Amino acid sequence: MDLDRNKPGAAPARRRYVTTRRLDRIFVELANVYRFNARFFKEMWFPPYEFKEIIKQCYEIGVRSLPLISLTGFIIGIVFTNQSRPSLADFGATSLLPALISVAIIRAIGPLVTALIAAGRVGSAIGAELGSMRVTEQIDAMEVSATNPFKFLVVSRVLASTLMIPALTMYTTLVSLLGGYLNVHQNELTSLSVFFYQVFDAITFLDIVASSVKSVIFGYTIGMVGCYKGYNSSKGTEGVGKAANSSVVTAMFLIFIEELLIMQVINAIRAF
Amino acid sequence: MEAKKINPNIDRSEKVISIRGLKKAFDDFEVLRGVDLDLYKGENLVVLGRSGTGKSVLIKIISGLLQADEGSVNVLGEEVGSLKPREMDALRLRIGFSFQNSALYDSMTVRENLEFPLIRHAKHMTEAEREDTIQYVLEAVGLLQAINQMPSELSGGQRKRIGIARTLILKPDIMLYDEPTAGLDPITCIEINSLINEVQEKFNTSSIIITHDLTCARAVGDRVVMLLDGQFQREGTFEEVFESNDERVQSFYNYNFID
Repeated sequence: MDLDRNKPGAAPARRRYVTTRRLDRIFVELANVYRFNARFFKEMWFPPYEFKEIIKQCYEIGVRSLPLISLTGFIIGIVFTNQSRPSLADFGATSLLPALISVAIIRAIGPLVTALIAAGRVGSAIGAELGSMRVTEQIDAMEVSATNPFKFLVVSRVLASTLMIPALTMYTTLVSLLGGYLNVHQNELTSLSVFFYQVFDAITFLDIVASSVKSVIFGYTIGMVGCYKGYNSSKGTEGVGKAANSSVVTAMFLIFIEELLIMQVINAIRAF
Repeated sequence: MEAKKINPNIDRSEKVISIRGLKKAFDDFEVLRGVDLDLYKGENLVVLGRSGTGKSVLIKIISGLLQADEGSVNVLGEEVGSLKPREMDALRLRIGFSFQNSALYDSMTVRENLEFPLIRHAKHMTEAEREDTIQYVLEAVGLLQAINQMPSELSGGQRKRIGIARTLILKPDIMLYDEPTAGLDPITCIEINSLINEVQEKFNTSSIIITHDLTCARAVGDRVVMLLDGQFQREGTFEEVFESNDERVQSFYNYNFID
């Protein structure tokens, strides 16, 4: 393509050229993402199964996230309850607080907060770890020793993340509800049994299923994005930083999009 | 700088690697422009050349980490480019690759690094046999005491040795060394050179050693080839290669030993 700046019509041609190159890159990236995901679903079924590595990653992702998740979940429960009270008090409906908290936390806040915290903690760790392994040729070393690095590193981490984020979500939900209960008990002197009776009375089986499905999808997204960014990071230490950073940003972006889409689907099912 | 005595056990009738017309380009830059190369059984072949001339690309193609654009790469009787993944893995078990930066798994101890290939590819071994094998290769590289250390606790030379031990653990027929002495002090370089020769004798391996370090080339090479402008321009013993009047060869020699 002739991109001589002095020729007539060169500027539009150059713009078209740049746009085409950008579109090319986007489509190539989309194809790579598709291939990476397809490879995961293909390889997860066939031996050798890296059970030891999956358990190790479950511990890293699940158990080691507990302190942060506990603190965040508990505080969110207290703050959300505290902030909701005045609005309900205006209508003399503070007795509806447990129901409101339950619907908000189980349907949206629990899965979303857990996923966002995990995207920050787990996604960046996976991105940085795999990125640094790529840069220091550890992934190549696995490949030349006839070990499938994709199975050992990617399949194990994505499976662990997909399994552990739902478990963490259940835990966050419980801790948030306890935070909410503490606030309700302090102000309305509601007992624990009455509080939880109202909590479970307000939610349906569909809410619990939706919350579980959502957290499985969030878990898969966090693991997959971290692995994709790290596994394909460009050479050099700068690439490691970029992999860690874009793992978090991309995972968070996708989590919000997924939340929006799943919410629409669940609402449609509920209306049906 | 002592020149290596050529290994009398080299079998010139048996080629373990045979490369013909190998070409590889990255975007518009043609790194390898029709490389021909033979490695004989029991031989230490040194590939010399400046940085960026495609030396590492060559051994990455041999081990299947990169795909060649053109040409044939025959390793231990197998055509690398046409192998299925499972066949490639079987071939890789017979090739040891020592990386420039050792590439030790830094979340594992030295023992776990060495155990990693054994657990996957020597399933018939009992735990006691695995332990014996690990101790044997660690003794061979002189680092038995480092067995429980993390890679981050080791020096550059020790990491290189452990990297070599990890490649030796599956008893490969071919060793590929990528810049084995890069970034090491002169004493450690001499130790690594001796180790490469010991590995050749003790494990009866055929090796390709990629380097730009002439001291290393002279100390370990039974035969030396020089990669210039994407092709092998000179071949022979160390002295034969540098007898050349080619300005590029001479400037390479002078840069190493005079500048």
